[in-house]
Amino acid sequence: MCSKYHALNQIIASILVNSIYAMINYPVVLINTLLAPLSLLIIVTFASHGTLLPIAAEGAIIMNVISSGTSLQGDLSHLKNDMKVQEMIVSSPTGAGIYVTGMAISELVYSIPTLSVLVILNIIFVKVTYLAGLYICMDVGVVFIFSTSLGFLLSTFSSDIVESWAFSGILSPLLATIPPVYYPISYIPYPYRYLAYLSPTTYAAEIAQSAAGLVYISYVNLILAWGILISVTFFVLFIAITRSRWVDV
Amino acid sequence: MHIEVKKISKIYENNKYALKGISLDIDANGVFSIIGKNGAGKTTLVRILATQLMPTSGYAKINGYDLLTESKKIRRFIAAVPQEARTIPWLTPIQTVLSYLMWRGYSYSEAKEKAKDSLRMLNLEDIENKKTRKLSGGQKRKVIVATILASDATLIFLDEPTTGLDYLSRKELWNLLYTMKKDRLIILTTHYLEEAENLGDTICILNKGRVVDMGTILELRKKIKYSYCMKVFSNDFKISNLDGYIKRVSSNEIQIFTSGKYVYDIANRLISEKIRFTFQEVSLTNIFEFLLEDDIDVQ
Repeated sequence: MCSKYHALNQIIASILVNSIYAMINYPVVLINTLLAPLSLLIIVTFASHGTLLPIAAEGAIIMNVISSGTSLQGDLSHLKNDMKVQEMIVSSPTGAGIYVTGMAISELVYSIPTLSVLVILNIIFVKVTYLAGLYICMDVGVVFIFSTSLGFLLSTFSSDIVESWAFSGILSPLLATIPPVYYPISYIPYPYRYLAYLSPTTYAAEIAQSAAGLVYISYVNLILAWGILISVTFFVLFIAITRSRWVDV
Repeated sequence: MHIEVKKISKIYENNKYALKGISLDIDANGVFSIIGKNGAGKTTLVRILATQLMPTSGYAKINGYDLLTESKKIRRFIAAVPQEARTIPWLTPIQTVLSYLMWRGYSYSEAKEKAKDSLRMLNLEDIENKKTRKLSGGQKRKVIVATILASDATLIFLDEPTTGLDYLSRKELWNLLYTMKKDRLIILTTHYLEEAENLGDTICILNKGRVVDMGTILELRKKIKYSYCMKVFSNDFKISNLDGYIKRVSSNEIQIFTSGKYVYDIANRLISEKIRFTFQEVSLTNIFEFLLEDDIDVQ
């Protein structure tokens, strides 16, 4: 491929615009990304007299990754609807896949300071083997693909920033705050436990908690959790690829 | 650059026709100005040609590439500035241009060099490190144009690029477009008819989703019967046996559209009656009004 159309440069452009330059020009955004996962972590830790700290520390990473998806949705909508950047990108050699990949990575780059703090907390309070750590990273990686696919899909349908804020406001509590991400599912009384299983993050949290030895899940349930998490992720990814609107109709 | 458009139509979801079987054949560099009233279909046409919007029917080819099936190839040599494009407020001008060029595939170092050159050409180098949210409206618009100028695109779509700019800023952009159009095709939509007339090598008049007329300003002048427009500043000037149109603009101004032969006679009469007047060849504004307005008094 001609260097002029090099995909890496196009991905770097998205990362520069959506994270690096924002952090350089407005360092205050670093505090913004840190506060949401840390505040819930602190509340759950204090409310449980410290007993739930390891689970909450793992949950904070999952919430952070979900936040990447909701932020992606907001950022893409903002760039598309308010600045018409997406239209300029459409009429350029950058394709939808490259643009969204770059923007999704930019959300990760944006949350590097937060992730660093959370990883340190996890190393201190959730003692896992390297293998289990890798296993949890895979779990978090699938959640990242799920949340960013959902974010991209919704961004292509939002017509203005108010709608985009509404999507973010709905997604965050439904996927990260209410489901048992910061605490074990056993804390939820039975009739409501079934509702918790409607959120894919419940499965992701169970997988991470069991890998760290914080809760016990049978192999059957573990396989089921992976199966559902991966299926939902592929389904959302498929819908995002096939139904999202890069070119208006 | 060659654009061939055949019977392109666009119907939006609310069953509103935006374009009704538009056909065009553009085969040259320069500026192709599209003018028309609000809702004429200018932006829809530009968005379709810039591969941002799917037509409902019809087809188009750009440099031989099919708009619907080969849009990826087309996107390598096109660039577009949408009507409501804004600068990203948290970026500086240099960061804005640089990142757009990287989206077009340039490496960081190449993009930075080109971005600096482009900003220099638009006299924006003094503010290249200032956040764009702190710039004036004209400066922001120039930054957006700088991104396109810096690119290697040979087909550029500018949808009302000077809307909201003061006269001097517009003139500055016009000068830039004069330079840019030498080796590129610029498709320009505008509400400023003076802009379309000054810049447009070809002018296309759209109305209600159809091409009303198209050609150079000289060709368009020939489309209307009368080649001169006289402005007469009087509230009681009467004329009979005129071969032309009279249009009342205000209580003390009328416009007389007539041929060169009559201009001389009318001018003599106006001089003898000491009535103030001007005359000139019909402008694009006059042509536009003739072609689109129904409220012209015919004598």
